[in-house]
Amino acid sequence: MATFTQLTVDALTLGSVYALVALGYSLVYGVLKLLNFAHGDVFMVGSFIGYGALQALGGASNPDVPVWLLLLLVTVAAMAGCAVLGVVLERFAYRPLRDAPRIAPLISALGASFFISNSMQLLFGAQQRDYQSYNLSGGSLYFHGFDIGQVHVPLLRIITIASAFGLMIALWYLVNRTPTGKAMRATSFDREAAAMMGIDIDRVIVFTFVLGSALAGAAGVMFALRVPTAASVGFTIGLKGFTAAVIGGIGSIPGAMVGGLLLGGAESYTSGYWTTTWSDLVVFTILIAFMIFRPQGLLGRADIRKV
Amino acid sequence: MSDTTPLSSDVPAAGPAIGQDEWVARHAERRLVRGGRLGAVEERLRAVPWWAWLVLFVAAASTMPAIESSGYVRRVGFDTVIFMLLALGLNVVVGWGGLLDLGYIAFYGIGSYAYAIFDSGQFGYHLPTIVAIPAVTALGAVVGLLLGLPSRRLSGDYLAIVTLFFLELFETVATNGDTIFGHNITGGANGILNVDPLSFFGHALPVQHNGIFAVSYYYVALGIFAVVFVALRFANRSRVGRAWRSLREDPLAAEVMGMPVNTLKLLSFATGAAVAALTGTISTALSASVFPLNFSPVVLITVYAMVILGGSGSQWGVVFGAIVVNVLLQVLQNPGQARVLFYLVVAGGVVLAFRLSRRLALLIVATAVFGAVVRVVAGSLHRSWVDGAHGGIAHAVSDWVVVPVRLAAWLPPVAYGVLLAMVLGLTLLRHPVLRLAALVPTIYLAAFVWENVMLPNPGPTRYVMLGLLLIVLMIARPNGLLGERRVEIV
Repeated sequence: MATFTQLTVDALTLGSVYALVALGYSLVYGVLKLLNFAHGDVFMVGSFIGYGALQALGGASNPDVPVWLLLLLVTVAAMAGCAVLGVVLERFAYRPLRDAPRIAPLISALGASFFISNSMQLLFGAQQRDYQSYNLSGGSLYFHGFDIGQVHVPLLRIITIASAFGLMIALWYLVNRTPTGKAMRATSFDREAAAMMGIDIDRVIVFTFVLGSALAGAAGVMFALRVPTAASVGFTIGLKGFTAAVIGGIGSIPGAMVGGLLLGGAESYTSGYWTTTWSDLVVFTILIAFMIFRPQGLLGRADIRKV
Repeated sequence: MSDTTPLSSDVPAAGPAIGQDEWVARHAERRLVRGGRLGAVEERLRAVPWWAWLVLFVAAASTMPAIESSGYVRRVGFDTVIFMLLALGLNVVVGWGGLLDLGYIAFYGIGSYAYAIFDSGQFGYHLPTIVAIPAVTALGAVVGLLLGLPSRRLSGDYLAIVTLFFLELFETVATNGDTIFGHNITGGANGILNVDPLSFFGHALPVQHNGIFAVSYYYVALGIFAVVFVALRFANRSRVGRAWRSLREDPLAAEVMGMPVNTLKLLSFATGAAVAALTGTISTALSASVFPLNFSPVVLITVYAMVILGGSGSQWGVVFGAIVVNVLLQVLQNPGQARVLFYLVVAGGVVLAFRLSRRLALLIVATAVFGAVVRVVAGSLHRSWVDGAHGGIAHAVSDWVVVPVRLAAWLPPVAYGVLLAMVLGLTLLRHPVLRLAALVPTIYLAAFVWENVMLPNPGPTRYVMLGLLLIVLMIARPNGLLGERRVEIV
């Protein structure tokens, strides 16, 4: 029972990170019908920016500001930096290809992903960056927290899960209850009609990229707080987040959240009850099974082609 | 090279012939004919029979070992032929079938591992090459078919996803294959070692002569390349090839016209996979080993860059793309050659953009002066700021570019970021004078970043260039260098 609880906590933590990344993929696919392969690398850049901000504010052992403010500033810095990166990416790698055949922006996205991850490796080297969050305020982030039976849930995990869910709820509110969100939904439904209705498509698309990349930046910081990250991590996490988006239904926001949690669960339960090495295999098999039997994912809409 | 214009010998001169569709023969490949002298030269070149080009190419390539006795260069030559084969196979799937197959390298891996399993100490099998190679090729085709089966109903994006995940699946299985239910099948992360070399009629081709790469493998690879090239060309010019092209251009229209779209997709997958598996066998035989890391997404993107650069859909295009990209990657490994390459490319780009005009002369003078001024100022401020260059050309260049002895930690990221911002900003500027003015410091900064940040780190630099190449290609010239824009018959 203790194992199950521990694994569930792991599943929630991992799942929320995947959900945040998956949201970025779903948002961009919904609006542009483009699979943004560079999104995982935006995630990785976010964790690097967070690391830089952490160092600038004094480092984990002896920060210049209180811990809660430190975490907040680091996350905001990462989100802002990733938003800028997302805007630049959209403007220079994707906008010129908006009306090109579908293969063109896909290849461009692959090239952008390569460019970003190798640039980071070029500039910052391949070694890992450790946030050393266990040093923050003398390790209190790990000691505090509550216990479920024998399992101790550290405060850090609670913060991670809570902030991820908070961001997701904020995003849901933004997309479903505000005019900007309505514009985004309209653009994803039918771009030309939305343009005819007076919606500034370019602005909406840029805003979508800002949102998705900011979420990826936040996810990057949350991930890096627990696990040391390197320049090569972007590809793996991006792939997993991408899987989550596809399983949940690419283009659907609740789908991305559900998919992320499902994937986190699949991975952590498989690692716990079976072995870590085959957890990836299970994840990929689930995805391929979904693609064959239900390509639109759990909550996605089946593609109705008009002839 | 594609087919000739309608006024060629392809047209049946004496009325309809058996097995030849007259309308197809006349309208098969209409092309934009370039005007002027270039067009005339091009038409002359196209009149040469297709096999003559192949013979010429193979003959020229065969003389390479006679010119270069360095084992390294010969090995690069062999790798280039391998990449040419891979590019040919990918061309079938992406260029002719129009299917975005992001798992292509998995077939290469399956072929490699299959050959390693058939011909090594892993399970004790030692099949003769004459049996192993066709067996592995057939296996590749079958696996391609199996991957194609669930993918039949999937359209572009979803197909890309499934194939990408197939590649990841393959990598996971290969890396963890030493403990599949207790059996060691793929040797895990350490791969399979001591794979048998190719052996024909009992004579094994040694992999090395006195530690130097054995040239026989190069010739075997060239031979296989020629065979595959011819076979694929015949496939392209057959009904299957035309059906593939119709599938690529508009799958819905093809289906409505009665093309067996699903079968065509399967055939395309299977053919590409067979070529990839075949390539895997010779490659593994030479390396005498196979590792999971040889089949990472990096290789996939490299092959894609080759196909796209050369022009997907054109066989000679992808061959050319393979040569260019592979040579480029090798050159970028070596700082001295990479430096020369950079300046050549910048000079070439500038000449192409401005032609031979007064603006070009102004640009060159302004950049030289700007650089000299900056260099002198930096040198007078602090000696160690300009003393960092070593070696012949680098030293000469360091009279113009600032090469510090030691770089402050913040300098590379800031310089790189500023350079990126300037280049991107340049693309947004419209005013010609402003553009020219902004180009001068941009070129200088680019030289600075190249010398100080990218050259010392050749590994990631190569892939940064590759990624950049892909993006720029798709925006500026999606048809690649030798791809063609076809004239639509309305």
